[in-house]
Amino acid sequence: MIRVVIPYHLRTLVGVNGEVKLEIEGPVTQRAVLDALEARYPALRGTIRDRVTGKRRAFVRFFACEQDLSHDPPDNPLPDEVAAGKEPFLVIGAIAGG
Amino acid sequence: MSKVRVLVGTRKGAFILTSDGKRENWDVNGPFFGGWEIYHVKGSPVDPNRLYASLAGGWFGQVVQRSDDGGQTWEPVGNEFAYDGVPGTHQWYDGSQHPWEFKRVWHFEPSLTDPDLVYAGVEDAALFRSADGGKTWQEVSGLRQHPSGASWQPGAGGMCLHTILLDPRDSNRIYVAISAAGAFRTDDGGETWRPINHGLHSDFMPNPDAEVGHCVHRIALHPARPNTLFMQKHWDIMRSDDAGDSWREVSGNVPSDFGFPIAVHAHEPETIYVVPIKSDSEHYPPDAKLRVYRSRSGGQEWEALTHGLPQKNCYVNVLREAMAVDTLDQCGVYFGTTGGQVYVSPDSGDTWTAIVHDLPSVVAVEVQTLP
Repeated sequence: MIRVVIPYHLRTLVGVNGEVKLEIEGPVTQRAVLDALEARYPALRGTIRDRVTGKRRAFVRFFACEQDLSHDPPDNPLPDEVAAGKEPFLVIGAIAGG
Repeated sequence: MSKVRVLVGTRKGAFILTSDGKRENWDVNGPFFGGWEIYHVKGSPVDPNRLYASLAGGWFGQVVQRSDDGGQTWEPVGNEFAYDGVPGTHQWYDGSQHPWEFKRVWHFEPSLTDPDLVYAGVEDAALFRSADGGKTWQEVSGLRQHPSGASWQPGAGGMCLHTILLDPRDSNRIYVAISAAGAFRTDDGGETWRPINHGLHSDFMPNPDAEVGHCVHRIALHPARPNTLFMQKHWDIMRSDDAGDSWREVSGNVPSDFGFPIAVHAHEPETIYVVPIKSDSEHYPPDAKLRVYRSRSGGQEWEALTHGLPQKNCYVNVLREAMAVDTLDQCGVYFGTTGGQVYVSPDSGDTWTAIVHDLPSVVAVEVQTLP
């Protein structure tokens, strides 16, 4: 069971309270987690990753286990603690805008 | 008794203001989508409870919300706006070519006859169409594929398609306006388009009379006389009586012919409204007085409407989407400001009152007249 935390505005968009829990088959990667998240909540498509390029939106960051994973290749394995459900995968709205 | 419902988009959420036909006492509901920038909220003329809202922001991109109960509840619908084919490039600020990239929806225009059909004007400038109530979107690509497309360039607010007018007498005729490309018209339901900018003069262009490149801020028409168009250009208030084939200036005696919105009275096709703004670098009213100007002669001769509006120390702006009229017998006129006020005049502009004073900066105002 993978634990995912999404930002407040995306939680309200899809009506989620607290963490999202996802079952993922195969390697636990950024791409696999986000694919599963968007499959559960289609309204999130385009809000975390660009619709056309599939790339992370500029003001969104991915954190886990006190690491910034935003610039990691999307098919890299996530930390073991995330894969084991001990730590959440955090989708963060970057501090921006003054 | 008739009611009005005012749909307000702001920098930090949407608000719905309702009143009876007197338009004296108002209920304020919202914010809906608090924290999101709301570029536009508009209802279907066929089914007034069907509303579309454009949520856009730097963090999470574009979301389209739809309501089927007049704004009480909302659900996200489709937000995939994929350009048709290989998008190609348009002109960038520095004159180089830049890939066409979808950024946001500026404007929804629901069909006059079908509640599930709605058009969307987007940045980078293109027209999209949904036939399923916003669930899926297809580009009306004949517009962007006009031979002039590669020469279109963004205005200060981005390269946005911000105005869509549907001809009530001819479903194949649609007008759009793009900053900064100009106005375009189709007569075949969107297959082919042509620029309709003859008579516009823009000194900021190398050729001030060029076919495209004009920064058109808004176009309006009266449904009973759809061949007559009124335009607020970056500078200049313009009029066409031949469906945009030719334009003439009707700025007349306004204190500044720079501005953003323009609106037509619901029952008087020759009565029009603008809000003069001092200049393109000073986005506030001349003399710090917030004045709507009304012409009852279709332009050229204008009168200042000031009763109830601040006449000193006023430095707000009124954006292009932020003015609308209702269709009650005594036509109501509405506008919102970047200072967060939404004003109503229940008497065609003679007197004004603020429905609300302190909303977030207002981007868009639409009005529905309900039975």
